[in-house]
Amino acid sequence: MGMGSRLDLFLLTIAILSGTVLSDLILFKVDRRVDLTSQVVRVTSTLKVENDGTNSVSEVLLAFPDNQVKHLAYLTVTPNEGKGKSKHSANSFPVEVVHPKDMPPALTFYSVSLPKALGKGESSTFDVLAVFTHTLRPFPEKITQADIQLLVFQDSAYFLSPYAVRVQSLSVKLPDARIESYTKLENTKIHGSEIKYGPYENLPPFSYSPIVVHFESKQPFAVAQELVREIEISHWGNVQVTELYNLNHGGAEIKGEFSRLDYQARPHIRGASALRNLVARLPPRARSVYYRDEIGNISTSHLWGDSKKTELEIEPRYPMFGGWRTSFTIGYSLPLQDFLFQSEGKRFLNITFGCPINDVVIDTLIVKVVLPEGSSDISVSTPFPVKQSHETKLSHLDVAGRPVVVLEKNNVVPEHNQYFQVYYKFNSLALLREPLMLISGVFFLFVACIVYMHADLSISKSSASYLAKLQWDEVQSIINRCLAIHDKLEVSLRDLSRTGDAQSCKAARKAADASLKELTKELKPLLGFLQSSQQAAQILPKVENLVAKEKDLQDRLLAKHSTVVDCYEKKYGGKEIENRVAQHQQKINALRQEVDDLLDFIDEI
Amino acid sequence: MAALETSRGTTLRNAFGNVFSFFILILIGVLAFSIRLFSVIKYESVIHEFDPYFNYRVTQFLTKSGIYEFWNWFDDRTWYPLGRVIGGTVYPGLTLTAGTIWWLLNSLNIPLSVETVCVFTAPIFSAFASWATYLLTKEVKGTGAGLTAAALLAMVPSYISRSVAGSYDNEAVAIFALIFTFYLYIKTLNTGSLFYATLNAIAYFYMVCSWGGYTFIINLIPMHVLLCIVTGRYSSRLYVAYAPLVVLGTLLASLVPVVGFNAVMTSEHFASFLVFIIIHVVALVYYIKGVLSEKMFKVAVTLILSLGAIVCCAVIAVLIALVASSPTMGWSGRSLSLLDPTYASKYIPIIASVSEHQPPTWPSYFMDINVLAFLVPAGIIACFSPLSDASSFVVLYIVTSVYFSGVMVRLMLVLAPAACIMSGIALSEAFEVFTRSIKFQLPGSSVHSQVDVGVKSSENSLPQNDVAKTDKTEDTLKERPSRKNRKKEKEPVAVEKPSVRSKIEKKLLVLPLEASIISIFLLVLLGAFYVVHCVWAAAEAYSAPSIVLTSHSHDGLHVFDDFREAYAWLSHNTEVDDKVASWWDYGYQTTAMANRTVIVDNNTWNNTHIATVGTAMSSPEKAAWEIFNSLDVKYVLVVFGGLVGYPSDDINKFLWMVRIGGGVFPHIKEPDYLKDGQYRIDSEATPTMLNCLMYKLSYYRFVETDGKAFDRVRRTEIGKKHFKLTHFEEVFTTHHWMVRIYKLKPPKNRIRGKTKKSKSKSSGTTTKRSRSGKKNPWH
Repeated sequence: MGMGSRLDLFLLTIAILSGTVLSDLILFKVDRRVDLTSQVVRVTSTLKVENDGTNSVSEVLLAFPDNQVKHLAYLTVTPNEGKGKSKHSANSFPVEVVHPKDMPPALTFYSVSLPKALGKGESSTFDVLAVFTHTLRPFPEKITQADIQLLVFQDSAYFLSPYAVRVQSLSVKLPDARIESYTKLENTKIHGSEIKYGPYENLPPFSYSPIVVHFESKQPFAVAQELVREIEISHWGNVQVTELYNLNHGGAEIKGEFSRLDYQARPHIRGASALRNLVARLPPRARSVYYRDEIGNISTSHLWGDSKKTELEIEPRYPMFGGWRTSFTIGYSLPLQDFLFQSEGKRFLNITFGCPINDVVIDTLIVKVVLPEGSSDISVSTPFPVKQSHETKLSHLDVAGRPVVVLEKNNVVPEHNQYFQVYYKFNSLALLREPLMLISGVFFLFVACIVYMHADLSISKSSASYLAKLQWDEVQSIINRCLAIHDKLEVSLRDLSRTGDAQSCKAARKAADASLKELTKELKPLLGFLQSSQQAAQILPKVENLVAKEKDLQDRLLAKHSTVVDCYEKKYGGKEIENRVAQHQQKINALRQEVDDLLDFIDEI
Repeated sequence: MAALETSRGTTLRNAFGNVFSFFILILIGVLAFSIRLFSVIKYESVIHEFDPYFNYRVTQFLTKSGIYEFWNWFDDRTWYPLGRVIGGTVYPGLTLTAGTIWWLLNSLNIPLSVETVCVFTAPIFSAFASWATYLLTKEVKGTGAGLTAAALLAMVPSYISRSVAGSYDNEAVAIFALIFTFYLYIKTLNTGSLFYATLNAIAYFYMVCSWGGYTFIINLIPMHVLLCIVTGRYSSRLYVAYAPLVVLGTLLASLVPVVGFNAVMTSEHFASFLVFIIIHVVALVYYIKGVLSEKMFKVAVTLILSLGAIVCCAVIAVLIALVASSPTMGWSGRSLSLLDPTYASKYIPIIASVSEHQPPTWPSYFMDINVLAFLVPAGIIACFSPLSDASSFVVLYIVTSVYFSGVMVRLMLVLAPAACIMSGIALSEAFEVFTRSIKFQLPGSSVHSQVDVGVKSSENSLPQNDVAKTDKTEDTLKERPSRKNRKKEKEPVAVEKPSVRSKIEKKLLVLPLEASIISIFLLVLLGAFYVVHCVWAAAEAYSAPSIVLTSHSHDGLHVFDDFREAYAWLSHNTEVDDKVASWWDYGYQTTAMANRTVIVDNNTWNNTHIATVGTAMSSPEKAAWEIFNSLDVKYVLVVFGGLVGYPSDDINKFLWMVRIGGGVFPHIKEPDYLKDGQYRIDSEATPTMLNCLMYKLSYYRFVETDGKAFDRVRRTEIGKKHFKLTHFEEVFTTHHWMVRIYKLKPPKNRIRGKTKKSKSKSSGTTTKRSRSGKKNPWH
């Protein structure tokens, strides 16, 4: 690849140089530092701009070749206020793409608006941080398990700029001191794992001198081809975050065998660049953390937490070698009050945009913010441009669905891990809708049950057979009551034998007589009806038989009762009574049996 | 008037009792559900074992593509290159059930995943099953027995083993369907209601949908009908219970694609048709008996008997001819191995190779039904006093299921409900006797003293009506077909009638107070022991999902998640259409978890195909490569437990591969792999064994782990330690070496020696094609 692309770049340089550049600005001093220690290439340039012309200038142009721009993930310009200041301070300068006329093609220009226009002779110093992904390429592209991954980095030794540069230098920081090869120009030095180019002085605009660094790196290239983060807000006090990763190892692909034995015996030689684990820095007070994929929980994870952060260390199911893929899901709950605030009658969610795992480059990041059902007036504010769309999601017991804000961004690096806000309006009373729905559901279920239990759903209530059945049921109940009275009489006899209290026995007899008579009276009309009813014709003879038998039984029992009471009054001995009653008793037992049988029989019909 | 008052009191007590038993039932349901959650709590919410993964995959397909697509589903991910018609070869009950639950929940906007629904289907249905047990036992012996049986079933280990959360298998819903079908049959038998008979046919249909074990129902019920007829218990109720079931049930059963015409063509169903004819003949005889006078009847009997005998002979002859004309006499292999326990091991090694098709050992009875084994005889005795249609049915049920469980471990599952019902009856009868004895002898209320007197004065046939009233009022009450009527009647009849009947039926059983107290105490102790055992079994023995293994060592819990590691690797790092060969045990899991095409799977419908894989595994490397290559296989997966001591690995299953392979391809001979009749892999092993593919793939570079190559499962050093693979290369081995995946090397490596000069790939492949055509082992 070396020669071809170098030639390309050379031609490009020619093309650029032939363009006409007119500008009043000059770059007094340029310091570039390229950090190649991770898969993300971070280029920090400190520029000192001086206005050489007469007109005051407030816009500074930055030029990047198109092949770099396509990998440019993040660009920020901050004033240089000495070291020790935070890089992401809010006062970064606005940057936008511009297409100035009369500029060479194959370059993209970014215009930095300085807060204060530079007058004649004035100068300003600022830092430009450009972050590139996928610019480090493994070479060779395929290695065996035992080989060490080698990477190639290409850039220009000179700062590509539409302005003339007085003094400039470049330092390339490598992860390891072992360097396969690098382009040697004048003033090239190596300091351990750092290569220094420069200083070069007084270079015209669009100077370009390609350099190639071929070096060793054991860094695994964790690339998430797609990451879907779903942030669901529940006003019951919870923000649920679910992150679906589609990860691959973007480094040199493994070829040939993978031997677990070698990997286990010499993990840092055989499998040096394998991706073993990832650390996700979750917000503090994250709860219910889970780590799983579509076939279940992945048991290789650890969780630590303190008041400032929660750290989740996860290992994929298998060590990932170059070219291997995996996918998994991380989920966690966050307390609502840490992320949801109110301002001017609106609520807003304030949460980070990027993924919590360091050192992961995300090709496509989709953030979905699921707002509670009934939210309105939704607006989003993000620190950098993203693609925005809306959808609805039906979840637990929803009727209308929850509004979802979908934000999509390509080429996301850890620098994008900044807060963004989603503003919406939501009435707290709507919270009670779902519980009320459940309660009323259960309520109506019970009401339906009650109604069903009390409604008579039989098909016909006037049909003769139904009436006959009812009549028969009553006959049966009367007979049963008769039998119950018989039992009572027996009981009274037993009482008599125990206490000898004939008087109470007689009283019982009287009561029984009365109720028996009543029952007989009740029975008559029923029997009459049964006779007239055609449907009852089959059971009628049996019923009549039953009634007769019962009558007989009744008589016998009464006779027995009288005898016994009589005997007691005459103070006969126990033997004597038994003798007298024996005959009755036998008959009674037999009759009773028959009555029971009849009852059963008719029942079955 | 006093009678009215007591009746009101009893009604109230009745109502209270009903509410009470309702809550007990709810608690039993909760118990049945929650005791099965140990697997989720101790492990995770995941599908278990092998078959459940297939069911899960089918359910996923169903929920994704809908019911019509499901019926027509031809699965090309399995049995490559044959494929499998899933819609027509699967019992759809479980899948449709879970699919319906999922659909219902989702249409209510409760977004549960299909997996969650599948995981919890089994526990939910075990709650249903225990309620069905309650209903069935209540029909047989009353509420008390019903509640006891339901509680026992809720936690019987045998059933737990098949229905823990995640065990998403047919049995999970089938046991419920089985019990419920029996309940509806008994209910119809007790009431003679056509409504219940229709419900019964529908329940039977559900059972046919869910499990092949439905043949048990369609044979047991005819047996019972026959028993009733023979013992002179024929009634119109019996007719109503049976005839609609056969007609409707058979029609419905033939609607299920997997059964289809089998419902009328296989021998498993013939018994029901035979009894169907018999019951009609009997019904006719009874009818004629009613119509004709006695003399005429005798004449008719002689006439019909002689005529009937001839017709019967003819019919039976035709039947026998029909049955005999089919090769297996119309019986499926599994049914035959039930009737003849030695059948499978003789003729179908593939059935015999499954551990759950082996006969059980005695300890497994104790493990699976525990104290119920001792209570069952008592329950049988209780069923005989008095013997009713219903109780004769459960006796028949337990007797047949004991036999079946003795043939296959798996059918212990059918025994479990029967054992629970019997033990429930036994326990509740015992408790009744003891509590009654205690009640009699305690200085109680006037009610009791009254009865007390009765006891003393005469011993032959005096009532203990009040006692009977207290707890047994409702059971003896015959169910009415209409709910309305029952309600009306309850007030007067419910009180009086049992008292009437108990007079005749019940003998007074009074035990000494101390004895009964001690007995109750012992019974409670027995119950407690049962509960402790069940909880232990649920928590320790049956909850492991078998795809995740854990071990407790001195430094804490260690998780072996190798299977999923391998499947995840396959699913992410191989091409979608790559074919993976493994022994059939892992077929379902590979298709479900790795989503890769497999050659054979757990369905085992094509013995030849399995034998092909078995042959490849037992052949030397080169021959195996040729077989696999001709099957388009790209990866070979073996399970190896030698490093960590996982006993059910492929080396231990290897003899079955040899046997099954040898059954179809005679050049594989079992004795070649045995040294003096012993299966060994150490230095004494035969060269055939040490050179076969399975050995090589399992032990490739194993010696480098500890220098000695000590196999922890076989507890020996392996025979051949240093060797190289020429036709396969290792592409993945899991963390504990439990799953090893090899890739077939491309053919050019194979012909390197012969055509060294021609490096063109095309000539290589053509040579390969012609040669593999010649050397194909099954041509």
